[in-house]
Amino acid sequence: MSNWRAYAAVGLGSGLGSLARFQIGVWMAAPGFPWATLVVNLAGSGLITLLAAYAAGRPHGRVSRCQPLLIAGFCGGFTTFSLFGLETLAMLSQGHLAMALVYVALSLAGWLSAAWVGHLGGRRLATLLE
Amino acid sequence: MLDALSVLMGGALGGMLRLALGDAVAGKLGSRLPWGTLVVNLSGALTMGLLVGWLGFPAEGSPSGAWALLGTGLLGGYTTVSSLSLQTLSLWQQGQGAVAMGYMAATLVMGLAALVLGAWLAGGLA
Repeated sequence: MSNWRAYAAVGLGSGLGSLARFQIGVWMAAPGFPWATLVVNLAGSGLITLLAAYAAGRPHGRVSRCQPLLIAGFCGGFTTFSLFGLETLAMLSQGHLAMALVYVALSLAGWLSAAWVGHLGGRRLATLLE
Repeated sequence: MLDALSVLMGGALGGMLRLALGDAVAGKLGSRLPWGTLVVNLSGALTMGLLVGWLGFPAEGSPSGAWALLGTGLLGGYTTVSSLSLQTLSLWQQGQGAVAMGYMAATLVMGLAALVLGAWLAGGLA
């Protein structure tokens, strides 16, 4: 079970992450295709693996100690699965089947590529800064 | 301004709910496989379906009012893609490629089904 400090850290991080996602949505608002959510989920997937790999390489460092705030908190709140699904459903309900498939395929490929790049970057960073 | 505050509050609450449910599920089913995140994302998709059945799809652009608090904030912050990506990559690196693909496929397929189910339970898509 997590203690109250973990709840406070995750709550703070998740609130700020959600706010950042909302703000990017306002900036990137464009009718037709949910670019904002795609970018947010891709960036969040890269950031979480970067932080996790860095923390694993430097287990007593600051990033490692702040994992609830940064990883479960910020990255968790920043990215969203339910809105991704909702946007896919909206395209399907409007009859844009091809666009929905493109969105899902781009998302899937993007999330995993970003996660891989972030992982490599985090590992490299942990050894560079040693 | 009020909508940004709603998103902040909803997102904070969503993140804490995610932590609580993730802990509870991991306590029951163990943490060898990412059951916590799966349950969080599927329950979040179901609830998002209910919300869209009640409120209709949000307007294009910046969400406001109840959508900002419950959709963008609470459910947006509750569900997560970053943990899903991290866990899929980790499973793959541990040589469990089939499990990794199954986890991602289960999340996508069941997540979309949960959304549709939620919208249907709430009286259909507006």
